[in-house]
Amino acid sequence: MRSRFADRIFVSLCLFAVLIVIAMLVAILGDITYHGWDRLSWEFISASPTQGMTEGGIFPAIFGTVLLVLLMTIFVVPLGICVAIYFSEYANRASWLYRWTRAAVDNLAGVPSIVFGLFGLGFFVQFVGGGVDQLFFGGNLTFRQPAILWGSLTMAVLTLPVVIISVEETLRAVPQSFRDASYALGATKSQTIFRVVLPNAMSGVLTGGILAVSRGAGEVAPILFVGAAYFLPHLPTKLNDQFMQLGYHVFVLSTQSPDVEATKPILYSTVFVLLALTFLLNLVAVAIRARLRLTAGTGR
Amino acid sequence: MTVPVPRDDFPLLKTEVRTPSAASTPAALSIRMEAQQINIYYGLRHAVQDVSIPFYENLITAIIGPSGCGKSTLLRAMNRMNDAIPGYHIEGQVLLDGQEIHAPGTDVISLRRRVGMVFQQPNPFPKSIYDNVAFGLRVNGLVKSRAEMDDRVERALRAAALWDDVKDRLNRNALQLSGGEQQRVCIARALAVQPEVLLMDEPASALDPVSTAKIEELMFELKKDYTIVIVTHNMQQAARVSDFTAFLLTGQLIEFNPTPQLFTRPDDPRTEAYITGRFG
Repeated sequence: MRSRFADRIFVSLCLFAVLIVIAMLVAILGDITYHGWDRLSWEFISASPTQGMTEGGIFPAIFGTVLLVLLMTIFVVPLGICVAIYFSEYANRASWLYRWTRAAVDNLAGVPSIVFGLFGLGFFVQFVGGGVDQLFFGGNLTFRQPAILWGSLTMAVLTLPVVIISVEETLRAVPQSFRDASYALGATKSQTIFRVVLPNAMSGVLTGGILAVSRGAGEVAPILFVGAAYFLPHLPTKLNDQFMQLGYHVFVLSTQSPDVEATKPILYSTVFVLLALTFLLNLVAVAIRARLRLTAGTGR
Repeated sequence: MTVPVPRDDFPLLKTEVRTPSAASTPAALSIRMEAQQINIYYGLRHAVQDVSIPFYENLITAIIGPSGCGKSTLLRAMNRMNDAIPGYHIEGQVLLDGQEIHAPGTDVISLRRRVGMVFQQPNPFPKSIYDNVAFGLRVNGLVKSRAEMDDRVERALRAAALWDDVKDRLNRNALQLSGGEQQRVCIARALAVQPEVLLMDEPASALDPVSTAKIEELMFELKKDYTIVIVTHNMQQAARVSDFTAFLLTGQLIEFNPTPQLFTRPDDPRTEAYITGRFG
């Protein structure tokens, strides 16, 4: 009897914990939706901020976020796939090179994002950007300044471990029998990787991409110093332009605006759009992955 | 279990000359591939010990023995599929048309094209039937035109006795086929690159009896054009399909003889003990 009683208490406690989580989620999403819904309009999404951020829309921030994430994906996915292929297909798991690079990747995943921001400033902006200016622009200030290129590269470094780990795991999960079959037909190692192993790991590549995108869309700290702008009258059109970004815009609205009270309704709507955008990006990626699984005929 | 092929069970017993399946081959046997004093090591483990076996052209040679006797290792050594295994080391010679396949400068890729392989588990790629069969032709760049590709794929599927079953659904995923059909896709895939020797590593052990019978039936057809080596631990299968049988035990070749003789009058008491089911 006593143990059954204890069991019931435990189950109730667990249930209670679950309810707390749900309640928190509902409270956050509900509050944002409730306060943010009113200001939401086509104009809000398609216009620039006006009147010292108290009026107008947030289109430049949406545009900047999407562009940033897109560039980041272009940088991080091929690089991540290459590293994962090396780890899974080429590296000798007992070698020191593998163990050290592996540990480096794992540790990279645990570095606080503000550190990536500082790294981006020091390495990309100052060092690489400065070098580019010296070499190609005769020392004129062109790339040695915060820019969307450096922002997306910094974000790519931040999300790199996520992509590597996800892709590597799926590559390892591709059955050895597929590799054997390919080799037995006279395929070379690279043919086997590109025609058999990688196509079978597509779901992992996409999962890695999804994780990177949803992380990249929400992070603010890494781009603080390397390209995010308080306000820009024009959309970024060149790689060395600065950009506005939703997460940073939320920070700006809530702390940097001349009249914080007046921006509050806009702030709520901006947060709502940020959440919706992240959700949408995830949804698209999940849909692509589901479609891919369907055509491949194999679930994993 | 019955094989739906009417066939003389022991043709050798009725002939004086040792020409297995005398009907289909010229009087003289020619050796297509040969293992000569093969020793294989995995690290310190001596997996195959001083084994010599000839593999005759257009005949089926079975390698039998209990699990772990080294038969799969030996088979995989014949198209160098073991090369990537850490600690693997081979001594002795494997000759293909008199050429040592481990000689420096040997192109492993072209060796594997000449010595095809079918695995224990049907392992079609998760691609269409067509793409599976075309894979070897594509990676080796063997085909110039789409029409030629279609033709080679069709011929391979016909050779694997699968064409009539799948000709209307070549673009279907091969994984949607039954296990037996999948294995025949794998056979077609191996045949498409027109190898000289076909290695089969327990090709029917994962299949039901009906599919097994179909694969065995297919092997009789295939030996007209190919030299076949099959590893099996199903002795009935070895007795049914092969012309010669090699019996391996703990890495050593105990006996190599024409199949009817090995299964009726084995030279070695250990062979007799194994085929009568006293161990293994």
